Amino acid sequence: MRKITLHIATSPHVVKGASTETIMKNVIYALLPAAAFGVYAFGISALLVLLTTTISAVAIEHFLCKISKKESTVSDYSAAITGLLLGMCLPPDFPLWMAFMGSAISIGLGKFIFGGLGYNVFNPALVGRAFLQATFPVAITTWYQAFGPDRFYHISSSVLALPFMQPAVDGVSGATPLSAFKFDHVDTQTYDLAMGFINGSIGETGTVFLILGGIYLAWRKMLNWRIPVSIFITVFVFSGAAYLINNTAYPSPFFTLFSGGLMLGAIYMATDMVASPITSMGVWVYGAIIGILVVMIRLWGGLPEGVMYAILLANAISPHIDNLIRPRVYGTTNKLKLS
Amino acid sequence: MGIFKLYKNTFKNGIHPPENKDITQGLPIRQFPFSPILIIPMSQHIGSPAEIIVREGQEVERGQILAKASSYVSVPIHSPVSGTVRKISMVPTISGNKIEGIQLEAFPYSGQEVAEGKPIRLETATADEILKGIQDCGIVGLGGAAFPTHIKLKVPDGKTCEYLIINGIECEPYLTTDHRVMLEQAEDIFMGIRYLMKATGAIQTVIGIEANKQDAADHLNKLKPNDIPVTIQVVPVKYPQGSEKMLITAVLGKEVPSGGLPIDVNVVTVNVATTAEIGRLLPHGRGIQERVITIAGPAIKKPGNYLIPVGTPLRFVLDYVGIQDDIAEVYMGGPMMGVSVSNLDISITKGTSGILVFGNKDVKKEEKVYPCIKCGACVDACPISLNPSKLGILAKFESYDRMVENFNLMDCFECGSCSYVCPSHIPLVQYFRLSKARYKRRKSLKQNLNNA
Repeated sequence: MRKITLHIATSPHVVKGASTETIMKNVIYALLPAAAFGVYAFGISALLVLLTTTISAVAIEHFLCKISKKESTVSDYSAAITGLLLGMCLPPDFPLWMAFMGSAISIGLGKFIFGGLGYNVFNPALVGRAFLQATFPVAITTWYQAFGPDRFYHISSSVLALPFMQPAVDGVSGATPLSAFKFDHVDTQTYDLAMGFINGSIGETGTVFLILGGIYLAWRKMLNWRIPVSIFITVFVFSGAAYLINNTAYPSPFFTLFSGGLMLGAIYMATDMVASPITSMGVWVYGAIIGILVVMIRLWGGLPEGVMYAILLANAISPHIDNLIRPRVYGTTNKLKLS
Repeated sequence: MGIFKLYKNTFKNGIHPPENKDITQGLPIRQFPFSPILIIPMSQHIGSPAEIIVREGQEVERGQILAKASSYVSVPIHSPVSGTVRKISMVPTISGNKIEGIQLEAFPYSGQEVAEGKPIRLETATADEILKGIQDCGIVGLGGAAFPTHIKLKVPDGKTCEYLIINGIECEPYLTTDHRVMLEQAEDIFMGIRYLMKATGAIQTVIGIEANKQDAADHLNKLKPNDIPVTIQVVPVKYPQGSEKMLITAVLGKEVPSGGLPIDVNVVTVNVATTAEIGRLLPHGRGIQERVITIAGPAIKKPGNYLIPVGTPLRFVLDYVGIQDDIAEVYMGGPMMGVSVSNLDISITKGTSGILVFGNKDVKKEEKVYPCIKCGACVDACPISLNPSKLGILAKFESYDRMVENFNLMDCFECGSCSYVCPSHIPLVQYFRLSKARYKRRKSLKQNLNNA
C-alpha cells in the first residue's frame, strides 16, 4: 500500500481568500488616480514630494524593523499607504527635506512605537502632517498656483531647499478656496471645487477621482462606506444650518463639503481601519464626531482647515466608542458591560 | 424586536462560503459494501461510552446489541454486520486518543437481514416509551454533534414544547446527505415526526430547509400527510444557519437565551436524517447500523452519497471511492467545522456526516499571519454578534476571565465564520477553542484550591 502523508489543520478548512496585503494594495490603487491628477495639476514638484514621502516611509519602516531586529514589515504595503497619504496632504511645492521629516515622524511616532501595523492609535500619516503643521507653519500653508504653464519642466526652488533652510518664495503664490474664504471672503464655485480647478494640497483637489476610488474600495468591501457617508451627512447638515442662519459669514454646505481635505480625509484617512471603531454602529458615531469637529474648526477656528485635527481627535476616542457601543450579543439582554 | 424584522426568515450576520454541493446533490444514496474488518469504538456519542456485552470469539448477528448504554447519557451500539468479534481492544479515534472498541470480522456472505428488537408502536406507546425506544435504537444526532437524541427530546418538568423544528438546513459546504435523505426518505421523515411530536408534545412542526434545496422542499410539500401539522419553511442560504440557535431564529424569530437551551423558548430541534432514522427504526425496534455520508472534495474520484456501515475503516472507504495521488488533508464533517484526520485506520461513526478529501493544491495555503487591522470583517460575520477581533487580542494576553465575563466567550459555538473572513489569517476560532478549554481548567483548578 502506498504511503500517504496527511496534514493536520484546524477548521475552518476553507477561507475567503481576502488578505491584508490585498486590501492595502487596493487602497494604493484607489489613491493613484487622485495622486496622478495632483501631479497633472501641480507638475513635477508635486511628483517629487509624493515620491519622497512614499519612498522614505517605506525605507524608514524597513530601517526601524532592522534595528529592532524584527522581520521587515514593508511587504504589507501599509507604510507605502502612509507615505502616499502624507504626500497627498502636503502643498505641491513643499520642501523635500521637510517632507522626509514628516515621513519619519509618521512611521516612527505614528506607527512604529505603538507596535506597527494594527496597533497605532492615530492615523500615522496625520501624525506626520500634524508635526509638519506645528513645525513648518509657513511652508505648509504656502500654496502655489495650480496649472502653472511651466509646471512640467520647472522644479520649484522651494522644493529643493537645503535641509534646515526655509524655502525662498519664487513662484506665484495663491490662496486655497478655504483660506480665500476665511481671510478674504472670496467664494469659489462648487463646480471648480469638484473639478479640481483650484489650489490646494497635492491629493485633495482631484475630488472626482477621490470619490471614484472610494466607491471602488467600498464595492470591494475594503473600506467602511459608513464612515465617509456619516461625515458627509453631518458636515452637510451642520454647515447647512450655519449657512441658513447667516449666509454671509458662513460658506454654503456644498462649499464646505467639496473644499479642502474633506474628501481625502473622510474617504481615505478617517477610514484607517486600525484607528476607527470596529462596529457598524460605532462608525456612524465616529463619522458624526469628525463631521461636527470639522465644521466647528472651519467656522470658528483660527485655521481655515480642520479635517486633520478632527480625525486625530476622533481617532483618540475610537477605542472608547468601541467600548461603549457594542452590538447586543445573541440571546442576551442589552446590558452595558464596561471593561 | 424592531430591528429583528430586517432579518426575518434568517439570522443576523453570517457568511456565504462557496457551496460546492452541485457535484453530489444529484447523486442518489448508494449502499456501500461491507469491509472485511469493522472497527467499532464504544464512544460514538457525547456522554459515557457504551458498555460491551459480547466477548471475543462470539458470533454476532447484524443488528444485535454489542454494547449497552452505560448511563442515561449514553446509547447502545448495534452490530453493523453479521460476523465474529475478533478482538476487544483499544482502537484509534479521530481525536487521536485510543478508546475501547470492538474489531468485528464480517462473514464473507453476510446477508442483509437485520435482527429486530422490541417494536415501538406509535398508536400505543407513551412519550417515555418512545424516548426509551429512541435510546434503545442507539440514536444520536446525525448532523455531526452525536448528542444522544432521547435527552434532547426530554422536555423538563415545568417546561412545554410548542414547536418541533426539523433541521434540513445543511449549511456546511459540500455536504448533501440531508438533501438526499429529504428527497429519498420522505415517508420515514413524516413517520419520525409523528413519533417526535408524541414524545415532546409539540403542537406544530416546521421543517427548515435552505433555498438551495428547493427541490427537497417541494418534494416534502407534495408528500405532506394531513394528519400532522407540518409546515415547510424555505430560508435564504447562509452559514451557519444549521446551528440550532440560528435555525430557531430564522424560522421563528426567537432567540435562545445565552447559556440556555431551545426548550427555554418552547422549541425542540432535531436533524432531518435523525428524524428519518427514528421513523424507520422505531416501528421495528432496530438499532442504527449505518448512516448516509457525503464523500466529496476535489481529490475524490467517485464522489457521492453513500449508506455506509458504522465501523467501516476510513482506509477501506477511500480505497473504494478512489483518491488522487496527491491527497493532503482528509476531514470528517464539513469544511467549516469538520475535523482533520491524522490516521486512516479510524472508522466511520454515527456522527460522521461527510468525508472530504483535499489535494495539495486545494488546501488553504499557509498564509502569513498579519496583525489584526480591526477591519471588522469578523464582527460583521459573527452570527451571535461577538467581537472576535477583541477576543483574539485578549486571547493573546491569556485574559480568559475578561473574555468570558465581558465579551461572552462562552456563547461562541465555534462556527469558524470569523476565521473564514479574517484577511490577516488569524486563526480566531482556534484561539477561542483553546481559551474556553483553558478557562474551564483554570476555574476547576481554582475550585480545587478553594476546596482543599
